[in-house]
Amino acid sequence: MAAIRVEGLSKRYGPVTAVAGISFTVAAGEIVALLGANGAGKTTTLAMLLGLVVPSAGRIEILGHDMARDRFAALARMNFASPYVALPARLSVAENLRVYGHLYGVPRLERRIRELAGELDFVPLLDRPAGTLSAGQKTRLALAKALINHPAVLLLDEPTASLDPDTADRLRGWLAAYRAASGCTILLASHNMTEVERLCDEVLMLREGAIVARGSPEELCARFGRERLEAVFLDIARGVA
Amino acid sequence: MAGAGMIRRIWALVYRHLALYRRSWPRLLDFAYGPVLQLLIWGFTARFLALHGGALAGIAALLIGGILLWESALASQLGFSVSFLEEIWSRNLGHLFVSPLRPRELIAALIVMSLLRVFAGMIPALLLAALLYAFNIFTLGPIVLLLFANLAMMGWAVALGIVAFILRHGAGAEGLVWTVMFGLTPLSCVFYPVAALPAPLRPLALLLPSAHVFEGLRAALITGGRFWHELGVAFALNLAWLALMALVFRHNFEAARREGTLVALGE
Repeated sequence: MAAIRVEGLSKRYGPVTAVAGISFTVAAGEIVALLGANGAGKTTTLAMLLGLVVPSAGRIEILGHDMARDRFAALARMNFASPYVALPARLSVAENLRVYGHLYGVPRLERRIRELAGELDFVPLLDRPAGTLSAGQKTRLALAKALINHPAVLLLDEPTASLDPDTADRLRGWLAAYRAASGCTILLASHNMTEVERLCDEVLMLREGAIVARGSPEELCARFGRERLEAVFLDIARGVA
Repeated sequence: MAGAGMIRRIWALVYRHLALYRRSWPRLLDFAYGPVLQLLIWGFTARFLALHGGALAGIAALLIGGILLWESALASQLGFSVSFLEEIWSRNLGHLFVSPLRPRELIAALIVMSLLRVFAGMIPALLLAALLYAFNIFTLGPIVLLLFANLAMMGWAVALGIVAFILRHGAGAEGLVWTVMFGLTPLSCVFYPVAALPAPLRPLALLLPSAHVFEGLRAALITGGRFWHELGVAFALNLAWLALMALVFRHNFEAARREGTLVALGE
């Protein structure tokens, strides 16, 4: 069963086409990456999947819910993390998680917060204001917020942007472990090829709002005659392929 | 259970702001600053006029009562719109708009925060009015609560319009939060009757619930007539303005989703 089904999705801002009629499905439990250069349409696609932007055309179905008619039913079972959207800096880590726990209707919330703090290794930070955390600690908090409701679908926008290699690697480990334990579907937009190669079952390559290639990282490397996904990305982004 | 979910989501946002204020005493101080400052200015003016007797002595209660009521309208509007701005300043709006929080629940939470600001801001001013000027607005009886309620509703309607404007045109419009309501002060006829305005401005003033509230206050303090009529008109106007601003909010929210400005606002 498809957790995410996208058909003919387009977004135009006046004369500018941000997303040009893309279609794809993500099966339950898969991790899929949206790859593309800046302005390729990744963030707009994520924003439409989250209901933040209304498509100009096309249809989005998440967990069986039509996002045009029933987006709140889907949003309750999804979650999202991005380094570009913050959490209130003056609230403590625990308070931030409480806010989102209540918003998502998480049962036994305090237990869930302690559980996440243990799994993501931030128990000593629970009473610290979020604004005093390091970039790596903030990323862990953002991930905890994104996992607070045991999401069936997780959307991530550049989840390891601005993280040091060690923290980024740990975060990938947590995501892989969460997917393995929960069967969660993850769609992530990223520029980090190592991340995509390590985590993703399938890659959707975007250029100028259209999907120009798709397949597993290995399939794409084989198809483009390259050893690494980064070389495939550069070929596509520069219009060589 | 849908109702329980709605209440829980509203509580989530209220809890978020309470947690913020618990850690930020300057914000709490700001609640009371405006009402207390205005009370001191107009209270001493009233006392000066009273000391000099004559026809002006009788207006002291109108000045102090008027400023206390008008400050509650300002506090109501600021409580609503500044709570919304807090989400923009903390770059948290993006998370809220992709959560199951419905726009109407966001509005309900902002109304709760508005009421809390009215209470927190007005209680020190009311106490000071009693201490410094021996003025207790509640001697008018429970009807005072109806006056406050009408002005709070007007504050929500104005704030809803401002938030709708910010949704559509971005955070650059946030200055409106501190200017629109002040701009309505002359037409609200806080200290003078609507009849004192130039004739072309009177119809505009009569479209504002506040002008009717203050006509009602003067009626209650001086003449005793037409109080309930003015209060009824104010209430009807408030309902009309709230309905209109709710439509504007809904229209602008959907336009912001179509035009992508919601994403920019959320980051």
